[in-house]
Amino acid sequence: MSTTSPTHAGPASPVSTQPDLLYSEEEAALRAAVRDLLTDHCDAARVISRTESDTPHDPSLWKALAGGMGLAGLLVPEDRGGQGATHREAAVVLEELGRAVAPVPYLTSAVVATEALLACAGGSEVLASLASARRIGALAVPLHTAPGASFPTVRAAEGALHGELTGIADASAADVLLVPADDGGLYAVEADAAGVTVTGQTSLDLTRPLARVTLDGAAGHRVGDAGPAVRRALRAGAGLLASEQLGLAEWSLTETVRYLKDRRQFNRPVGGFQALKHRLAQLWLEVVNLRAAARNAADALAADTADAGDDADTAVAVAQAYAGQVAVHAAEEALQLHGGIGMTWEHPVHLYLKRAKADSIAYGTAGAHREALAALVDLRAP
Amino acid sequence: MTDAAELRRRTQELLAAQPPATTGRLDFLRARFDAGLAWVHYPEGLGGLGAPRSLQAVVDAELEAAGAPDNDPRRIGIGLGMAAPTILQYGTEEQRRRFLRPLWTGEEVWCQLFSEPGAGSDLAALGTRAVRADGDGWVVDGQKVWTSSAHAARWAILIARTDPDVPKHRGITYFVCDMTDPGVEVRPLRQITGEAEFNEVFLTGVRIPDSHRLGETGDGWRVAQTTLNNERVAIGGMRLPREGGMIGPVARTWRERPELRTHDLHQRLLGLWVEAEVARLAGERLRQQLVAGQPGPEGAGMKLGFARLNQQISGLEVELLGAEGLLYDDWTMRRPELVDFTGREAGYRYLRSKGNSIEGGTSEVLLNIVAERVLGLPAEPRTDKDVAWKDLAR
Repeated sequence: MSTTSPTHAGPASPVSTQPDLLYSEEEAALRAAVRDLLTDHCDAARVISRTESDTPHDPSLWKALAGGMGLAGLLVPEDRGGQGATHREAAVVLEELGRAVAPVPYLTSAVVATEALLACAGGSEVLASLASARRIGALAVPLHTAPGASFPTVRAAEGALHGELTGIADASAADVLLVPADDGGLYAVEADAAGVTVTGQTSLDLTRPLARVTLDGAAGHRVGDAGPAVRRALRAGAGLLASEQLGLAEWSLTETVRYLKDRRQFNRPVGGFQALKHRLAQLWLEVVNLRAAARNAADALAADTADAGDDADTAVAVAQAYAGQVAVHAAEEALQLHGGIGMTWEHPVHLYLKRAKADSIAYGTAGAHREALAALVDLRAP
Repeated sequence: MTDAAELRRRTQELLAAQPPATTGRLDFLRARFDAGLAWVHYPEGLGGLGAPRSLQAVVDAELEAAGAPDNDPRRIGIGLGMAAPTILQYGTEEQRRRFLRPLWTGEEVWCQLFSEPGAGSDLAALGTRAVRADGDGWVVDGQKVWTSSAHAARWAILIARTDPDVPKHRGITYFVCDMTDPGVEVRPLRQITGEAEFNEVFLTGVRIPDSHRLGETGDGWRVAQTTLNNERVAIGGMRLPREGGMIGPVARTWRERPELRTHDLHQRLLGLWVEAEVARLAGERLRQQLVAGQPGPEGAGMKLGFARLNQQISGLEVELLGAEGLLYDDWTMRRPELVDFTGREAGYRYLRSKGNSIEGGTSEVLLNIVAERVLGLPAEPRTDKDVAWKDLAR
């Protein structure tokens, strides 16, 4: 897969640093391919019944998506076993996964765990195995942690790891855990090794379940320093989460509009009542805005280099200070405007509400990102 | 094919023939129009070269670098943004040649005679009458309102009722009105800001020759759609740097005056700052779509977002200023040449921005438009569709 075309801004664009907020033709083609796959293999009824099973993740869907289409390695350079694409393409994949509220560990393994390893000198083999989708990885940092925030560690003693970490997203599906330890190291730990226990937690979002990781003298292989690796991983996770949230919001809006054109009460389509039309139009505006913010974050992450300053930090914080409320608002409106059917387990709107609400906490709340912005754009607290 | 290189060549040619340092402003602008470099997407002979609209920026950048004068587009926004595209699309060859050149150079200022006291959101209900005069032309009687630049304008685009016996959308005709006609009376309309940026215009026995009709008799509503669509593009399509809009002055005050800061204001400021930045990015994305030739429906909503944000941000700014927020800079009745939403002080900004959700289509009407045209939801029930205009309740 090639990287994205540089800019659509035209020959006269006076500022070379202007973000490219559009989708390239390659990105549109990628979207179509992912959407086709999800239409065939990830319908809502299947997702709901899977949430009631012992394996909330969908291994066959993951195999087709990550392995078959090669999407697990988008962020990894070709010489390290990946596809050498960028965050812009990964963001398109996440939009579609959000639209289908797909129960696959793409964000956690192909983005967050992968970014952590990309920041490390060691762990090349683990990285290559994630990029090729032979294995699934999970960063053992609680899902609610914002980029730059402190995170819990386990105790490293005499080459073995001891401790307990909770709120680890998709750990139940992971083959390898990336665990920060109190000696400042990030350790790769095999999930099936002796002394490792992964216990699922009953989670609000059943499609991205959390787990408790208990290490009791588990063997780990130090891959690098935890601080920079975790920071980079969480920043990419937060930035690309906005694209997933865009997908959630888009589904909620589209599905609600479709339903309200169809649903009749008082001898007319419910979607013809102005009180509802205005609410949906308002939601559409929010989705339009979120698309711009999410593309901006993806583009900034793709363009980020060591000396690019804090452009990507700002773009990610702006997107995450905005995206949560839009996705939650969209899902809440979808539920309300579906009326009674929206309250049923059988209708998929609850999957979107739960994912959207969980996403509004994942990788830092809007408030945490606003606080980051206060420093980044010099609007200091009293 | 006119590409960027060709446009650069032609621009340099113009600059060589009419060096800005030694050429009068108006002479330069006229020569630029005649060279087809005024608006390159217009046809040849009418200030353009039939080139892609996106290439205008190439010409503008070259001219700016050479220190050439511009046509002060903010002063003649109604002419450039609304009258010109309508004249281009519906005007006769004679009308295009007569009006477009002095419109673009700013020699002739234009205004818009659309809204009436009894026809705001329901513009098609307008009651200003145009009646066939003896011999050639029309006689116009009625009252228009919210007319900016009327006191400076040489010409107006005017819609008037020519047939009261058919349903309202069908009996309207579009004209060019001579603002120097003795029957045109312009009165300032003072607003809540203290200024009179707009006017009331009374039309009494105004004579308009038939050669100043734009489009067919009775087809004025369709012609007006061109004007109104271009108005919304003009309002939504601006390119802004970060903090380029209403948020800029508040952010500066926040940085420069730490003594005004409170925790409550801090949270609200950050929230609005984020929304302003996201709206700016959405505007930039829309602009990129237009440049790439992929126009989407997103433009329909831009004005809605900016109106709400301008009001909330300026409201916060007044509150941030505390004791100073209780004062106002000047209530003197003035007649500003230019409308600047971010001009003057916080109190003015707060009051002026109240108009943002009314002018150019109220937010309520725009939400209907988004719901119906973008989302495809059912239209409002219409009781006036098949009723002759003269039989409508008013």
